[in-house]
Amino acid sequence: MKKVYVKEQVCMGCHLCEVSCLLKHARTDDLVKAYKKELPRALSRVRVDENGIVSLSVRCEHCADAPCIRACLTGALSRDPATSLVMVDEERCIGCGTCSLACPLGVPKLDKLQKKMVKCDLCQDKEIPACVAGCPNEALVYMEEEPDVKRAVADVSRN
Amino acid sequence: MSVETKIQYLIIGNSAGSIGAAEAIRELDRVGTVAIVSDEPYPAYSRPLISEYLAHPYPLEKMLYRKSDFYEKNSIQVIFGEKAIAVNPAEYTVKLQSGQVLHWQKLLLATGGAPIVPDMEGVNLKGVFTFNKLDDAKAIDGFLSEHRQNPRAVVIGGGLIGVSVTEALVKRGVAVTIVEMKDWILNTILDVETAALEADVLSKADVSVITGHTAVKINSYFAGEVSGITLDDGRALPCDMVVIAIGVRPRLDAVAGSGIKINRGIVVDRHMLTSSPDIYACGDVAEAYDFVIGASRLTPIWPNAYEGGRVAGLNMAGKTTEYAGGTVMNALKYFSLNIVSAGLVAPPDNTYETIINRHNGIYRKVIIKNGKLAGLAFAGDIEKSGIVYNLMKDGVNVENFKKALVADDFGLASLPESVWRSKLSRPAAASVLITPAAPPEEAVIGD
Repeated sequence: MKKVYVKEQVCMGCHLCEVSCLLKHARTDDLVKAYKKELPRALSRVRVDENGIVSLSVRCEHCADAPCIRACLTGALSRDPATSLVMVDEERCIGCGTCSLACPLGVPKLDKLQKKMVKCDLCQDKEIPACVAGCPNEALVYMEEEPDVKRAVADVSRN
Repeated sequence: MSVETKIQYLIIGNSAGSIGAAEAIRELDRVGTVAIVSDEPYPAYSRPLISEYLAHPYPLEKMLYRKSDFYEKNSIQVIFGEKAIAVNPAEYTVKLQSGQVLHWQKLLLATGGAPIVPDMEGVNLKGVFTFNKLDDAKAIDGFLSEHRQNPRAVVIGGGLIGVSVTEALVKRGVAVTIVEMKDWILNTILDVETAALEADVLSKADVSVITGHTAVKINSYFAGEVSGITLDDGRALPCDMVVIAIGVRPRLDAVAGSGIKINRGIVVDRHMLTSSPDIYACGDVAEAYDFVIGASRLTPIWPNAYEGGRVAGLNMAGKTTEYAGGTVMNALKYFSLNIVSAGLVAPPDNTYETIINRHNGIYRKVIIKNGKLAGLAFAGDIEKSGIVYNLMKDGVNVENFKKALVADDFGLASLPESVWRSKLSRPAAASVLITPAAPPEEAVIGD
């Protein structure tokens, strides 16, 4: 499957991936309105972690072994058999945070008002994820993953 | 009975462990017969959601752990509403309460836990409940619907189940008092500090918490109905209902006398195999490997049940798989306060180092021994706690960056490069991530 990768050498921590993601999930298309008028403000599913000169744009990797799916208390998390994406059924999510605790990247984001977890779906309605499209430095690439990473047979029987 | 008519994979129990096993078996074997026996009449549902069910109208469909066509789609026979009463390892049979005898080739015991009800006067009165399964929530719901005035409840036990039922009862307008025997609520999963944050939100929700005491008697003034409880110091607390939430014990009835090795729960090895060949166990009934203490113990939590069940299922279907181990890990959000904890909550002796960062309702704590994580507790902002949990699970030596683990700006980039690189997947052409050295600089000014 295609995923987003960060070129750490050229990611300079501008956080525009977060801005693009937030705007993608806002009700409005207007950036200023998304930040200044929309309440509650939409949440970015992408996070930039920084430490000195190192900065990393981090989002769900849709891991083959998906510890979040296995830890989910309600069954809200599952792998979409068609796309192989790890998806959350917001109807069944209660925002407990168990997935956050289980995730090696700590990417599940809690929407505290809606009491739901939100996560990256690689912008399924777009050709290129918003964060990649919005990166001014081409530090994000969207392409197939390393072929020798075997998808665990995991979750096939799930759906 | 001939071998052909034996159930290839028989699973007793129908919750996280059972589903984990069934899914694993079906990944490897699409045709072998799989049957699930459960004394509950429902398809697998999320047990933690029974508090949502009690709190407000919440349809069973939303509680289902898997889609409603799960059993059919995976060709799993279901025997619901039937209790398994006796496992016979020598005969490869399980006897059901109805008298029916099932023959199997591989058996999984995923019978879960049952609430501990103390031998105390009044526990059989009308208005006394436990809170472990959907029928318990339905019983309390029925009681509340019949009750005319605003009822008062005493919850005996301030653990996960106690606080969980308390939140639901508060949402139903019930005045709740929690009675906790130890010094602080949620003492098996939270440290003093995070428990104090929890106690604070409980108090804001008008819940009374009495610690350091226990109930000795449930009182009744009117024929068979609850009128209050008496504490160990003689104090009487009037109430209309009581929820007993002092803990769960493994449900071992079906294996009693079978010869299967039992300590506090069913003893299993790293393959989730019991002392009996071809019989596996997982979930709340099993004592499985805990990677923090380096030994087996009961860790009755949902994710470990699923994980253990999955490993059992893979082994049952012939793929030798070792259980990496689980530990206690919990994510709480009672009254909208997010807390997570995992591993040890308090260092057992002074060979452990504790690092804490707390301010403005944010609390981050890690416990370290010999450079490796042994426990964590985060409150307020729990995002990224998963990075820390997985460093603990993977046994990464954190000595050189331990202070960063509790820092406000902690993230993946706080870890050594080799560690964060190992956590990120790589693209098909890994070279795209490497930018060639820049060409010699040319001065370009304007156009």
